[in-house]
Amino acid sequence: MKRIAGAAVMLSAGILAMALVVSMFELPPPAVRLPQMVQEKLPQSGVEHPVTAVLLNFRGYDTLLEVAVLLLALLGMLAGERPRPAAPDRAPTDPVLPGLTRFLVPLMGLTAVYLLWAGAHRPGGAFQAAAVLAAAAVLLHLTDLLPAWTSLRLRLRTGLAGGLLVFITVAAWLLGEGRLLQYPVAHAGSLILFIEVALTISLGLILAGLFLFLPDDDERRR
Amino acid sequence: MTTGMIFAGSGAILFAMGVAGVLLPTHLLRKILAFNIMGSGAFLVLVGLGQRSGEPDPVPQAMVLTGIVVAVAATALALALARRLQRLTGRMELPPEAERD
Repeated sequence: MKRIAGAAVMLSAGILAMALVVSMFELPPPAVRLPQMVQEKLPQSGVEHPVTAVLLNFRGYDTLLEVAVLLLALLGMLAGERPRPAAPDRAPTDPVLPGLTRFLVPLMGLTAVYLLWAGAHRPGGAFQAAAVLAAAAVLLHLTDLLPAWTSLRLRLRTGLAGGLLVFITVAAWLLGEGRLLQYPVAHAGSLILFIEVALTISLGLILAGLFLFLPDDDERRR
Repeated sequence: MTTGMIFAGSGAILFAMGVAGVLLPTHLLRKILAFNIMGSGAFLVLVGLGQRSGEPDPVPQAMVLTGIVVAVAATALALALARRLQRLTGRMELPPEAERD
C-alpha cells in the first residue's frame, strides 16, 4: 500500500515537472518591459544599482513587509521556546578554530560594511551584509566565543525591532508628504542608506537570533 | 533556448522534486529540507523567467533576494516547531490522523 502511494506521488511529481516546463515554454512574452522601466527611473531612485533601487525604492513596501515577516518568524520561534538558561561551559575546543575565528570575524564585519556601502552602485546591500554579520555571530557561537542569548534585554529588543521601526517611521513620515515610501528625489540616496544601515543591524541580529536563541543542549540538562 | 529558460526549467524540476519530498518521507527534518528545495525551485523559476529575453530583470531579482532571507527565517521557525514536537512527543514525525484531536 505504502509503496503504491509512493509510486503515485513520484509519478504525479514527474507529471507536475513536465507540465510546468511545457507551460513555461508556452508563456507569451511579458506585456510590460520592467527592465526598461527600471532603467528609465533609475536616476530618480537615489541609487545606481537597479536591484537596490527596486528593493528599497520602487517596491519598498514589499521589503518593509518582508522585514516584518522576518521579525514575526523570530517572535513565533520565541513564543514556542523560552530562551534557554545559560548553558554550562563546554570544554575548550581545539585552539585552531577559535584562533581562526578571531581572525575572520573582524574581516567579516568589514565585508558586511563594504557590502552595505556597495549596494548603492553594484551587487550588495542590507540583506547580504546582514547575512554576513549573522554568519559571523553563528561562527563565534560555534567556537564558544559568544554565549547563546538567554534573555531578551531591552537593548536586544531594540536592536531586533529597530530596522522595522526605522523603516515604518520613514514610511509614515513620507505619507505626510505624499505617498507611502515615495522618497523626495533629492534625499532618496541618503534615506535609502539610512534605512539600509538600520536594516543591516536588525536583520543581522534577527538572523543570528534564529540560531542563538535555540537551545542546543536541553536534552542533556533534563 | 536561452540560459534563463534552462534556469527556469531546472527550477520547475526542483520544485516538483520538492513537492514529492514534502509528501513522501515521514521524518519532519526531511520534509523541511524538501520544502526548502521547493522554495529554491520557485526562486530559480522567477529569476530564470525574468531573464529569458537575455537581459536580467532587476524586479524578480530583488523579490528573490528578500525571499531567500525570508525562507531562512521560515526554515528556522519550522525547525523550532519540529524540535518542540520532538520534545513533547519524542518523535520527529507528525502523529497519524487517528491520534489527532
